[in-house]
Amino acid sequence: MGRPNDLVQGTLGLLILKTISLEPKHGWAIAKRIEQISNDVLQVQQGSLYPALQRLEQQGWIRSKWGETETGRQARFYSLTAAGRAQLEKEREMWTRLSAAIDLVVES
Amino acid sequence: MRWMDRLQKALSTLFRRGSETARLDEEMRFHMEQEIADRIARGVSPEEAGRAAMRQFGNPALLRDEARRGWSWGWLETLGRDLRFGTRALMRSPGFTITAITVMALCIGATTCLFTVVRSVLLEPLPFHDPDKLVMVYEHWRANTSGNPYNPVAPGDFYEWHEQTHGFADMASYHYSGLAVTGDHGEMPELVAAQKGTWNLFPLLGVSPALGRNFREDEDQVGDHHVAILTWSFFQRRFGGDPAIIGKTIRMAARPYTVVGVLPEWFAYPDARTQVWVPYSDGETFERLHEHDNHYPYVVARMKPGVSLKTATDEVSALQYRMHMQYAGSPVAEDAMSRPMIDDVVQDVKTPLLMMMSAVACMLLIGCLNVSNLLVARGAARQKEMAIRGALGAGRFALLREQMTETVILCGCGGVIGLLLALAGTSWLKAHWHGLPRASAIHVDLTIVLFTFGIVGLTAILAGLLPALSSTQRGVLEGLKDSSRGAGVGLSRARLRKTLLSVEIALTVVLLLSAGLLLKSFVQLRTTDLGISGDHLLTLRYNLPKEIYTKPEQSVAFSQSLLERVRRIPGVQSAGLGSTVPGGGYDGDQVFIIPERPNYESNKQPDAMIRYADPGYFSTLGIPLVAGRVFNEHDRLDQSKKVVITQELAKRYYPGENVIGRTIVFGTDITNKKRTYEIVGVVGDTLWRVGQRTKATAYFPVLSGDTGYRATLVVRTSGDPLSYAIPVQKEIAALDPQLPVVDVLTIPQIIGESTVNQSLSASLVLIFAGLSLLLAGVGLYGVLSYVVTQRIPEIGIRIALGAQRGQVLGLVLRDGLRPVVLGLVVGIGGGVGVGYVIRSLLYQTKPLDPMVFAVMAALLLAVAALACAAPAWRASSVDPMQALRTE
Repeated sequence: MGRPNDLVQGTLGLLILKTISLEPKHGWAIAKRIEQISNDVLQVQQGSLYPALQRLEQQGWIRSKWGETETGRQARFYSLTAAGRAQLEKEREMWTRLSAAIDLVVES
Repeated sequence: MRWMDRLQKALSTLFRRGSETARLDEEMRFHMEQEIADRIARGVSPEEAGRAAMRQFGNPALLRDEARRGWSWGWLETLGRDLRFGTRALMRSPGFTITAITVMALCIGATTCLFTVVRSVLLEPLPFHDPDKLVMVYEHWRANTSGNPYNPVAPGDFYEWHEQTHGFADMASYHYSGLAVTGDHGEMPELVAAQKGTWNLFPLLGVSPALGRNFREDEDQVGDHHVAILTWSFFQRRFGGDPAIIGKTIRMAARPYTVVGVLPEWFAYPDARTQVWVPYSDGETFERLHEHDNHYPYVVARMKPGVSLKTATDEVSALQYRMHMQYAGSPVAEDAMSRPMIDDVVQDVKTPLLMMMSAVACMLLIGCLNVSNLLVARGAARQKEMAIRGALGAGRFALLREQMTETVILCGCGGVIGLLLALAGTSWLKAHWHGLPRASAIHVDLTIVLFTFGIVGLTAILAGLLPALSSTQRGVLEGLKDSSRGAGVGLSRARLRKTLLSVEIALTVVLLLSAGLLLKSFVQLRTTDLGISGDHLLTLRYNLPKEIYTKPEQSVAFSQSLLERVRRIPGVQSAGLGSTVPGGGYDGDQVFIIPERPNYESNKQPDAMIRYADPGYFSTLGIPLVAGRVFNEHDRLDQSKKVVITQELAKRYYPGENVIGRTIVFGTDITNKKRTYEIVGVVGDTLWRVGQRTKATAYFPVLSGDTGYRATLVVRTSGDPLSYAIPVQKEIAALDPQLPVVDVLTIPQIIGESTVNQSLSASLVLIFAGLSLLLAGVGLYGVLSYVVTQRIPEIGIRIALGAQRGQVLGLVLRDGLRPVVLGLVVGIGGGVGVGYVIRSLLYQTKPLDPMVFAVMAALLLAVAALACAAPAWRASSVDPMQALRTE
């Protein structure tokens, strides 16, 4: 049960923020969405997903409330707060700079 | 306000944990269902889908923990759980727990207590305004290469300094004086410790009276002003703390003094004994205030901003040298010296305090090692438990944390009890340590409590980390594979245990040796030969006020009739009068000239301590007459100028000569106070204070002229001397009911008075050493008992194979005593070093006293053997069948 390393952890936060930036989603939908969009390259471990959600909520970047799914079950829906939106922008910028820098190094 | 939300969230998590957990569970369950449904939709069989989802999901319990750790209360919950668990674990072995807590409480208590004293006395600045700027200025004699270079100042010198130097912002002076306070309405007369201070002293210190006012400048002039400022304790004790005393008169030295002020309660300068202050010039003549050859006052100065201490002192020094040249032939020092007031105040207690602090630190370390050792033993016993829990998935850190928690609980309980002990100990020390400067400033406050917790944390780390690491370091499987045959008791752990024991023993030996040296030194002090035969002697002091006994004849008459009356008391064998008794302190000294050898330079002039005695003084005290005669009745009022000297003076200045009948001149040119005396006798030396070197002394007749005012009556009795105190005092009251009597003491009491601090140091260090010895014993016993328990099967096999009882006994004893011997060797080395460090505190005791070393080593070995004996005996009486069955 290896804890994800810092880079991945931070990145998972960014992915979650991005995923729910359009509409509120529940945990499983978030995981699924990330997997789909990344063509199954990024497998989100539930073991890291829920702690990450807890952390983000603690930071005040996302909020959660109980809602009904399409199948009529109760689930917790996560949505972005204003602070979360700002944070997403910040992290995106950072990620862009970082990945560009890594590209430069790797491709040179 | 985001943090408000977060706090609310965290709080709700804590208090509605149940619902929070339920929600999390619900969410996880939902996730699983979704996952399984997803897989089934993709055509996987339901069972397979469930298993795969489970695999992907991981351990739900751990996951919940992980998720919950996201909330800020995670650590608190963990801590709470750990504490509960730790307490339960400790409750299971009460013997171990009680031992460990007691050890910790004693060590932490002692450390905190002494830290309290050290902080108040050595670390905190004086309670005055801007105390770093206060310095004491002294005279310095270049010829004085040994002894204390800081000498009191002559009042004349002080006035010159005050007027002619400008390097200090201000200078003030004060000196001790005893004043007889008498009641107007038949109250008990008493002699109180008074200080005479210049009018600017309190302003210079930055102290304002709590009631009333300070002295005015015009009240500090020669004349009949008679004003007084009371200290708080005297104001409370004698005048019931009634503020109406301000402006009233009290009778001191048969004069009416107007009380102008009362000092604040915290003010205990220069010592706590002082009861009343009067102006510097009070009752003095102009001549006396401007003397240059009589040194008794102290000078305190405040530094000027921007002027260094050296610059200011150099200026005073230069002036002092000019005076030295100006008054050549009179004892005027060449230099001035200064030092910060704080150093001045704590000089006498610094070394003993630091020594005790080290002793306590040593003890604390021993305590830590001891608890550490107990924990190592315990950790080894729980090896299996740890291994199993490790296999079940407890992380190493969790196990470590749990063991540390147990240690923290132990130290925490110890700390709380220790703090209570420290409170008790501090008040006890305050009451019993006489002359501890600034005792009133000693208090326990938040700093001390924080300090205690710091110590607790430190001890927890010291005591807990080693054993915790050692018991969690081994592979899980290895621990499980360990058979209980004892063969697998980790070798490294046994080594660690032995090392800890050795270090503990070594430290104990160092402490024991220092305690032994101090104790021996103290015994030497207590059995010091003062030079008198001190059984059945009663001494008491009185001061005849010059205002009533205006003529010398009156004081002579008083003393004469007193002696006659006292000698008539049944049971009194003899009585005499003197200025001071041996061991009663220093009286001041005078330079003298030996006419046959006039070539002494003025600064190398010989000097002698001056004492006064009447004919009965020597025989009553049992001071032997070596040559010539002592005084007779005619040496009193006829001013015959006879002097009796001590052997020391004769040896030093008249080596091998007959001194009887020789003349000796006391006093100096400039004061025109030269007086020629004839030496009529030589008597044995006496010590002026226990633990101080013999000083060449000259005795003048007590009743010649104006010297009979301060007198000590010595009485030799034929029974318990203290039972004569009341009859003797009655005789004094019959002659003069207004005359206060002080210091009614026997000789052992006088010796006790002057050795009270050594006795305290010695007994405290002895207590620490005793405790450490006890701790070492407990440690040895605990560890060995454990080892024996571990080895019972092995020993059983040995016995079954024919090992003799003695062999088994030897086996275990060897095991236990090896670290003891090692520690003893190392400790003796350390003890030698410490002995040299505390050399200055030892009296007639060498740092390498073989007796002390032998006794202490034997003591330690005896305790160690005792501690090892019980487990060894138990081992040797193992029933082999029983032992093998325990498998």
